[in-house]
Amino acid sequence: MLRLAFDLLLIGAGIAAYFIFPDNLGFVTRVLIMIIMVLSLDLVLGYAGVATLGHAALYGAGAYGAGLFAIYYSPDPLTGLLVGAMAGGVTAFVSGLILMRANGLTLLMLTIAVAQIMQEIVNKERAITGGSDGLLGIDMDPIMGVYAFDFFGRTGYWYALVVLLVVFFALKILVASPFGNMARGIHESAPRMRAIGTPVYWRLVAIYTISGIVAGIAGALSAQVTELVSLEAFGFALSAEAMVMLILGGLGRLYGAIIGTIIFMVVHHTAASIDPFNWLFVIGTMVLIVVYFVPEGFMGLPVRLRRWMRWQK
Amino acid sequence: MNAGLRVKNLQMHFGGIVVADNINLSLEPGDRKALIGPNGAGKTTFANLLTGNLTPTGGSISLDGMDIKRMKESKRVRAGVAKTFQITTLFRHMSVRENIRLPILERMGRGMRMFKRADSYPDVEEEIEQMLSQFNLQSLADVEVHELAYGQQRLVEMALTMALKPRILILDEPSAGVAASDAHIITDAIENLPDDLSVLIIEHDMKLVFKVASRIIVLVNGAILCEGTPGEISKNQQVRDLYLGARHDG
Repeated sequence: MLRLAFDLLLIGAGIAAYFIFPDNLGFVTRVLIMIIMVLSLDLVLGYAGVATLGHAALYGAGAYGAGLFAIYYSPDPLTGLLVGAMAGGVTAFVSGLILMRANGLTLLMLTIAVAQIMQEIVNKERAITGGSDGLLGIDMDPIMGVYAFDFFGRTGYWYALVVLLVVFFALKILVASPFGNMARGIHESAPRMRAIGTPVYWRLVAIYTISGIVAGIAGALSAQVTELVSLEAFGFALSAEAMVMLILGGLGRLYGAIIGTIIFMVVHHTAASIDPFNWLFVIGTMVLIVVYFVPEGFMGLPVRLRRWMRWQK
Repeated sequence: MNAGLRVKNLQMHFGGIVVADNINLSLEPGDRKALIGPNGAGKTTFANLLTGNLTPTGGSISLDGMDIKRMKESKRVRAGVAKTFQITTLFRHMSVRENIRLPILERMGRGMRMFKRADSYPDVEEEIEQMLSQFNLQSLADVEVHELAYGQQRLVEMALTMALKPRILILDEPSAGVAASDAHIITDAIENLPDDLSVLIIEHDMKLVFKVASRIIVLVNGAILCEGTPGEISKNQQVRDLYLGARHDG
C-alpha cells in the first residue's frame, strides 16, 4: 500500500512540476533525464554492486546514436529513442564482455578508459560527429506526428516525464523479478552465487547491457529534447556526478536515484546561480555530511531517525 | 557401477607445492564419508577441486561416468555437486526466505526471468516452506541473515545448499564457529539429510565426524594416509600420532 502511495506521489509530483515551474521546464526536463541516467547506474552499482566511473560511455552512445539517426536517417523521436537505447545496449554489451571480467580498482579504471576511448573516437570522426563542435543540425519531428517540440520545452517535458515513468516502472518490475534478486545476490556474495549454479559473469553482462539500454535512453532523450549533443556526453564529470547523485539518494533503491538526482541538481542549480565560481564547495560539503552521517543516503534517513529517537528514549 | 562421484589420481600443485597428491575417492549414493586431517592438509583445496572452484593439474573427476574435471563451478552445481562454505558467505542483507529462494529459482532455470515478481511462483514458495520446516527455520523466515546467531546461519547455509537438490553434498566444516551447546543442531540436520544423498564432510569436530560418518578418510600433506570405518580409524596408531592424539580417546 505504501509502495502504491509512493508511486502515485511520483506521478503526481511529475505532473505538478509542470505547473509549479512553468518558466523552468528546461531545467526540470534535464532533471528528469538525469534521473533516468542515475536509475541506470543504480541497476549496476546499487543492485549488482558493479562500481563504474564510465557510465557516460553508455549515455554518450545513446545521445550520439539518436542524434546521428535523426540527422542521417529519420527525425522521428520514438524510433530515435529506440536507436539510442540500442546504441547504449550494444556499447554496454561489447564493453561489458571485457569489463565484467574485472573488479575493484581495475574495473573502475577500465570503465573510465572505455568512456575516454569512445569520446576520442567521436572527436576524431569529425566529419560525421562534428568533433569538438558537437553534433549540430538535429531537428526532431513532432512526437507521433502530433506533438511538436516547442521553444518553451513543454513537449520536451511531457515526453521526458512519460519516458521516465515507463523506465521507472519497468525497472521496478525488473528489480523485484528473479533476475533482479540474482543481481542483489551477486552484489552480496558472488562466490555464493557461483556455488548455487549462477553463471555470474554472463549475468553481470546482462545487467550491464540492460543498464546500457536505460542510459542510452537518457542520452537519446537529451539529444532529442535539446537538439544538441556534445563530447561532454562522454565526459568523466557526468559519470562522477551520476555516482554522487546515487550515493546522496541511496544505493540499491530506485527512489534513492530519484531523490539524490533532484537534491543534487536543485542544490547545484541554486548554488551555481548564487555563486557561479564556488558552487562545488556547497556540493562537496553536502556529500561529506551525507556520507559521514547517513552513509545509506537520504533514503536511509527515516531508519536513522527512528534509531536516533529510540536511543533518545 | 558408475553412479556417484569418482576421483582418480587427482593432483594439484601450485608451482612446486603439492596440495593434492594422487587422491582417489569414490562417493556412492547414500555414502556418509568424512575427510579429516591437520590444518594445511589440503582438505578445503580438495573440496574446491571437487566443486570446480579450482582446476586440478592431473587425474580425473567423474560424475555418473561423465568427466567433469574441466566443468565450471556453476555447471557442476547444476549437474548435482554442491558445497557449503567453511566461512559463511550467505546473502547477509536478505531474509532467510530470500536466501533460500535464490538457489531454488536458479535450479529451476528461472534466474533470467524479468517480468514477474520473484515471490510470485507458488511452486517455489511451497518448496521454501518445506526447506524452512526441514531445518526448523520457520520462525526466522523473515529475519535478515546478519541478525541471526552463527549457529542459525550455519543452518541457513545448509538449507540454502540443500535447496539445490544436490546428489553430492560437500559440507566444509559445518560446525565451525558453532557453540558447543548448539553443535547438536548441526548434527541433527546432517542426520536428517535424504538417505540417497552422498555426503562428504570436512570437519575438525571429531565428535560430529564419528557420529555421522560411516567411513573416514585421513588426509595429510595433500595425500590420503588411510581410509576406514570410524572404529578402524580411531584404532590406527599412525592417525592417532599424527592427528587424533588426545582429540579422540577411541
